[in-house]
Amino acid sequence: MNDVSSDMRPDIPDDYRYAPSHEWARVEDDQVTVGISDFAQQSLGDVVYVELPQVGDEVNAGAEACVVESVKAAADVYAPVSGTVVAVNEALEEAPEMVNQDPYGDGWFFKVEPTDLEEMDDLLDADGYEQHCESEADED
Amino acid sequence: MLTSIGAPSIDALFDEIEPALKTSHFDGIDEGVDEMTMIQEMAERARRDEAGPCFTGAGCYDHHIPAAVWDIAARGEFMTAYTPYQAEASQGTLQLIYEYQTMITGLTAMDVSNASVYDGGSALGEAVLMAVRANRAHPSNKTGGPRRIAVAGACHPHYVDATTNITRNQGIELVPTGTTDGRVDLDALTGMTGDRMPVAVIVQQPNFLGLIEPVDEIADWASANGVLVIAVVNPTSLALLRPPGEWGANGADIACGDGQPLGIPMASGGPSFGFLCTRSSLVRQLPGRLVGRTVDRHDQPGFTLTLQAREQHIRRGKARSNICTNQGLLVTAATIYLAIVGATGLSRVASRCHERTRKLVGTLTGVNGVRSHFAGPYFHEHVIDVGQPADRVADAVAELGIVGGLPLGRYFPDLRNCLLVCATEKRTDADIARFGDALQQVLNG
Amino acid sequence: MNPGETIFDIGKPGRRASAQAPAAGDAPDLPASCLRANAPRLPEVSELQAVRHYTNLSARNFSIDNQFYPLGSCTMKYNPRGAHRAASLPGFLNRHPLAPESASQGFLACLYDLQETLKHVTGMAAVSLTPMAGAQGEFAGVAMIRAWHDARGDDGREEILVPTAAHGTNPATAVMCGYRVREVAVGADGDMDMAALKAALGEKTAGIMLTNPSTCGVFERRIREIADAVHAAGGLLYYDGANLNAILGNVRPGDMGFDVAHLNLHKTFATPHGGGGPGAGPVGVGERLVPHIPTPVVARDGDRYRWVDNDQIPGSIGRLSAFMGNAGILLRALAYARMLGREGMRRVGEYATLNANYLMVRLADAGFELAYPERRASHEFIITFRNEAKTLGVTAMDFAKRLLDYGFHAPTTYFPLLVAECFLIEPTETETKEELDAFVDAMVRIRAEAETDPERVKTAPHTLPVSRLDDVKAARELDLTYSFGEH
Repeated sequence: MNDVSSDMRPDIPDDYRYAPSHEWARVEDDQVTVGISDFAQQSLGDVVYVELPQVGDEVNAGAEACVVESVKAAADVYAPVSGTVVAVNEALEEAPEMVNQDPYGDGWFFKVEPTDLEEMDDLLDADGYEQHCESEADED
Repeated sequence: MLTSIGAPSIDALFDEIEPALKTSHFDGIDEGVDEMTMIQEMAERARRDEAGPCFTGAGCYDHHIPAAVWDIAARGEFMTAYTPYQAEASQGTLQLIYEYQTMITGLTAMDVSNASVYDGGSALGEAVLMAVRANRAHPSNKTGGPRRIAVAGACHPHYVDATTNITRNQGIELVPTGTTDGRVDLDALTGMTGDRMPVAVIVQQPNFLGLIEPVDEIADWASANGVLVIAVVNPTSLALLRPPGEWGANGADIACGDGQPLGIPMASGGPSFGFLCTRSSLVRQLPGRLVGRTVDRHDQPGFTLTLQAREQHIRRGKARSNICTNQGLLVTAATIYLAIVGATGLSRVASRCHERTRKLVGTLTGVNGVRSHFAGPYFHEHVIDVGQPADRVADAVAELGIVGGLPLGRYFPDLRNCLLVCATEKRTDADIARFGDALQQVLNG
Repeated sequence: MNPGETIFDIGKPGRRASAQAPAAGDAPDLPASCLRANAPRLPEVSELQAVRHYTNLSARNFSIDNQFYPLGSCTMKYNPRGAHRAASLPGFLNRHPLAPESASQGFLACLYDLQETLKHVTGMAAVSLTPMAGAQGEFAGVAMIRAWHDARGDDGREEILVPTAAHGTNPATAVMCGYRVREVAVGADGDMDMAALKAALGEKTAGIMLTNPSTCGVFERRIREIADAVHAAGGLLYYDGANLNAILGNVRPGDMGFDVAHLNLHKTFATPHGGGGPGAGPVGVGERLVPHIPTPVVARDGDRYRWVDNDQIPGSIGRLSAFMGNAGILLRALAYARMLGREGMRRVGEYATLNANYLMVRLADAGFELAYPERRASHEFIITFRNEAKTLGVTAMDFAKRLLDYGFHAPTTYFPLLVAECFLIEPTETETKEELDAFVDAMVRIRAEAETDPERVKTAPHTLPVSRLDDVKAARELDLTYSFGEH
């Protein structure tokens, strides 16, 4: 992690929860919004496509929910919590670069009506996730 | 070189391989020969297969190939190049594929095309896999039941076989609808309702027997029922016939076929190439390579492989297909062919083939005991009934130096007296007369 | 030609190569509803314009005839012109695929001879020539494994094992055959991790897909132990022939314990790559899988040759193409094999291995880091630029692009995935020592540039028809066909 310059240090906001597979989740009005972290978008590089789930799809915590593609890679995105997809970010179809530009805002992927909101407690907080990212970077 | 390596002998370079594995069973292979001898041996065999005029089509056609096509396609710069992964070193191949994609989508009136797959049969297999991926709304995705693909009318039996074999391990089942007078049994197709509703329907136009299928009715029925339409077409015919993108109100969803008629020798059926086109909305379900136009660092236009994240070298087990071939050299020939003949030339080839076939049918049905088997419109190919087992007739005609059509009994037992015949623009009046005389001699002595 | 100028840009309405079309037939006697309303948009150019355009395009390619192509796992060797000539004989080019057997004896004899030759090469009991590429050979192989288990009623086997270093086609193929993929780790020495293998094997194992020499560029030394373990678990072994060139005439997949093997004729048997195909991927099978081989195959009765189809091989996985696969490629491979003979084939493997080991040692001596320094190279080897990437910020991709400026096609980059910043380098037997030395010189010069002028390397290539292309724009703003009237 030492040779990562400060401007590359991933942004890990405190008010989100994180999965070890680099998705973030945030509760708003009893719905969980899901996206990928700044660390994930940096590792992927320029995102060119997001294969979104369909509204109504059932997703399970830890299982594949959709796919994000850069030019040279395709990464599965796992649902951080279980539930039903109630909204997807259709703007990504035209502007996948929002995942790179604003991963925690306009670059969100989908929203879930969770079956068990307590699953949020199984996710990492910002400190835990930062440690997790550092340990992954050290492995390289 | 061994000194640099620090090895005493070439054998030492294999010292990680246990000695017991080294073979001593290579003696079944002969000593090598020089190029001259090899060519002489091969030429002796090739001569044995030289035949007179060819009246067999059935997916492979004896068209004229302009001399320039293979003079250019066989240039080492095309023929001995690798897959264009290093775009900057492959602009020739990449731009050519972009031009090919444009031409084949123009012919089929579809939005997008990949850079080709192996052949027409395997293209249909890929089209079926693609349709199953694309039709996410189909109930079989929820129930986990078999994914049925209807085969409407007479589709090439080898294509159906290859497709069945390529797709059967993924819970996919091809269901023939049966035929009436050689064409689709529309009642049987539209009777596939409820649980039997297929994911997609395959239609070949003109069909395997040369007959014109009611593609508009099929496409409109499919569209109204959430069934995807897979068109199988002969590219030459598309100079004249309505293209898949214009079938029914909404067009076909996927169009495929074999590119052999576009400047590729028959050569025992391969290599040719399979083309595979679809709607823009399904582009990410396409397997195989795609070339896109973009710009370089200096904002100059250039071409590169794109959407590679669909493919096996990135997606591995989740790839759209395991395919990592496009039949590049054959696409090169087809692209040059289409550039040289253009739309006018291709429509002349198509209308001339049809005119020759009608002349052929007229001549053959003038032979005592021979008649057309099916009534109604046909294009470029036709089924004639010779009144006795057609396989023996074809062999006897072959003895007289004529490749005289395909006996159909092997595929359709009730057509055992029938030959599928075809004449391309290359068949002269004299060739046709010769076939007529040969048939007369075989049937009536 | 101007950059990006297509055949559509240089046409004029109504222009055509009139010598190249027959006189039109009469208007077809077809219902108007069947007919096309508007002619397709195709080029409108003279024959000379077409010839010149595509000749100029050809000059914008690298090719074996022009450049050294040290592409690992691709075996870009010289494609002898004699083989091309033989396959282009009129009797072969003009044969209809469904011509009667009586008019096909020459072609059938060639296929039969190639089947027999490949049986000896692979050490297998039977060969089917129909698969049209390596990936289709893989498909045939795994489909046969499935057919074998199914025929025995052993239907609980759901997994195919694949090493982490495998070609992407292996897992993709297993999935196409309805299997789940289970990856098995590769050890630090490039051989399979035996403990991981044994942990993965079990009653769910249908088979394993292996390349040997592996994609790490080393010979899998415990192959017989692996074969015994897989067989003991009830699975079968599939041999991916991508790297057969290394051991041609020396070691045979059948003797290693494999049950099925495919060969890439466009690699080992020198048929041209054609800018992405055609290839051919014949499969050889051991006794167990003979009842399942794909059709058609060729049999000989005395001096007559005949097709053998599904009616005589009822357990066959069936046909995989409309006709006989890529027949013309099969003829080229036979011509090549005939010229080599048994001694020539052995020399292919030996010289390919010699060239690879020489190039590996020269690059190591020049300071490049080997991925497996303790191992012999097979016909290929891996170097890693992880140090250059870390200290100079110059990646394997940058080295690859700069090599193009020096007139060398780049080696395979970033494969296998388990070695960071890597090149997989395969020189093949047809390159001279001088060519290998020149490649080493170029590599040394590029590293010197990376130290003194890294931007020069990072922005390469500088001398080709285009500079580095914007892949992101290509994927985000898809432009897959020419837009008439917009350029």
